[in-house]
Amino acid sequence: MRRLVLSTASLALILGATACASKPKPSDNSASQVSDNGNANTGPVRESDIETPNRVIDSGPAAGSLEDFRVNVGDRVYFNLDQYRLDADDQAVLQRQAAWLQNYPNVRILVAGNADERGTREYNLALGERRASVVRDYLVNLGVSQSRIDTVSYGKERPIAAESNEAAWAMNRNAFTQIMGGPSS
Amino acid sequence: MMKSIAAYLFAALVAVIPAATAQVTVNISEGTLKPTPIAIPVFEAEGADRQLATDITSVIQNDLLSTGLFEITPQSAFIQRDLSINTQPRFADWKIIQTDALVVGEVDRVTIEGVEFIRASVRLWDVYGEEVMRLEGQAGRRFTAKPEDWRRIAHKIADTIYARLTGEDPYFDSRIVYVAETGPKDDRTKRLAIMDSDGANVKYLTSGTFTVLTPRFSPSNQQITYMSFENNRPRVYLFDIQSGRQEVLGNFQNMTFAPRFSRDGQSVLLTQAVNGNSDIYLRDLVTQSTRRLTDHPAIDTSPSMSPDGRQIVFNSDRGGSPQLYIMNTDGSPLTCPSGGRDTACRITFGSGRYSTPVWSPRGDLIAFTKQSRGRFSIGVIGTDGEGERVLTESYLDEGPEWSPNGRVITFFRERAPGAGPQLWSVDLTGRNLRQIPTPTQGSDPAWSPLLN
Repeated sequence: MRRLVLSTASLALILGATACASKPKPSDNSASQVSDNGNANTGPVRESDIETPNRVIDSGPAAGSLEDFRVNVGDRVYFNLDQYRLDADDQAVLQRQAAWLQNYPNVRILVAGNADERGTREYNLALGERRASVVRDYLVNLGVSQSRIDTVSYGKERPIAAESNEAAWAMNRNAFTQIMGGPSS
Repeated sequence: MMKSIAAYLFAALVAVIPAATAQVTVNISEGTLKPTPIAIPVFEAEGADRQLATDITSVIQNDLLSTGLFEITPQSAFIQRDLSINTQPRFADWKIIQTDALVVGEVDRVTIEGVEFIRASVRLWDVYGEEVMRLEGQAGRRFTAKPEDWRRIAHKIADTIYARLTGEDPYFDSRIVYVAETGPKDDRTKRLAIMDSDGANVKYLTSGTFTVLTPRFSPSNQQITYMSFENNRPRVYLFDIQSGRQEVLGNFQNMTFAPRFSRDGQSVLLTQAVNGNSDIYLRDLVTQSTRRLTDHPAIDTSPSMSPDGRQIVFNSDRGGSPQLYIMNTDGSPLTCPSGGRDTACRITFGSGRYSTPVWSPRGDLIAFTKQSRGRFSIGVIGTDGEGERVLTESYLDEGPEWSPNGRVITFFRERAPGAGPQLWSVDLTGRNLRQIPTPTQGSDPAWSPLLN
């Protein structure tokens, strides 16, 4: 599996246990809830999905809302230690993001690259920039206009998991797609 | 905040005692070392100035004690209690309590053109040599300053004694800029703060509205360069200490970070990330021009210039993991330690990852952060990649910065997971590891040059 192709130096460095370098499992990601609607493989929840009131209740967040994006599309992709490549899970999330963005053409996004705390500040700023950049490039390749996407790197300065362990570090190695304006609610 | 040089009136004492060659010296480079016993009785003063004299003496004692090179002889051991700066001490009384050096001083006030100043005079005696030790060519020194700058007088005196006894350049009368941190880990407030080298007089330079990182002093002492996330546009900034003015450095279109002044203060090295790729640039502050120094698909960052300005050490993962490389500032090829010629030479080959290189003000060593087996260390290595020495180790030791004289390294440490960062210092030899007290948690400490 490509995710496990790490340099031996990297492995020797921080990884004590086998689970260390793994990113959060897809099941950790609430994006999988989309499958309740049978939409997981076809893209975003469409506006037609909410025409029937019963289905609004069943499908959770209103289509086009920030919550819809977070829950049904997925707003983060996760990276392995020192890596910035996108695996199949990441690509699936980003394909849903791209389709969603095409449904809501007024939306602008900020892609923020993040790193775990087991690196130095300046190197991690550079690493976060790489991660944000590959996500932007992937979305642009799927047809999202580059002018709608800003990127930023927070390095190791904005962890989402405050603990100091392998699971938290895996959560903190991510690229976060933030809706900046224009979503319907 | 900076006091002009004119505010300080330095005058040497009249030499009343002929000087001879002194004997007491402190060997600073030995691996294990017995601290040199030194007596620093409370400086003489009249009336209300006695408290001031006590405070000044205390700062001098703490400065010298903080080096790990001295042991302060306790006052309770003193036999001679009638010292005066203008008379020779009874050396036998000090030999018997095994003190090598004796500092005698006095504090008074003087009014110059209607403005009141405090003055501190000091003389250093070699107890076993039974002679005065000349201080910068004089038999004693006197420092004059405005009353609010009494701590600086004390640091100057400590610097004079340190320099005389060790033969090294001093560093106490200097400041440290750092990032003061408060709040929970996932919602952290980071502000620029500045303090005296001993941790006194902390002042905050930014409000904390925006995250700031990696402040570094200019050689002129007048400016700090740092990175700020102001308006979610992470850029390198300049902070003018006198005016408090902050401005973005240059007109870079992309994130800039990892700034550091050149040794002449005329330019700032920094990193710009373009389309995810970080390379090193040199921004000339005089001509306002920018020159790109590296052009490589790998991450190149954390540049630091040699004191002579000819070379730059930086961090790159072009070899697969973060390591330290040296290049010529003008981009010309150089001969690497391995013998080959290249535009950049890797100098770290130990096990682990190396980052944040900082060239020593003496020019012969490079300090770095090293990650190995899940731990972080501060270390030093020769510019030719030889003689690597690891000085510290903990859960997170990061960001070494040199004292003005290149003898001490300050850095930040998170001693255990979740403990939060604190400022620490360690001697170049690896001895004398100590925490620098700060009101809040702190990171990214950087030393100023010696003040005027």
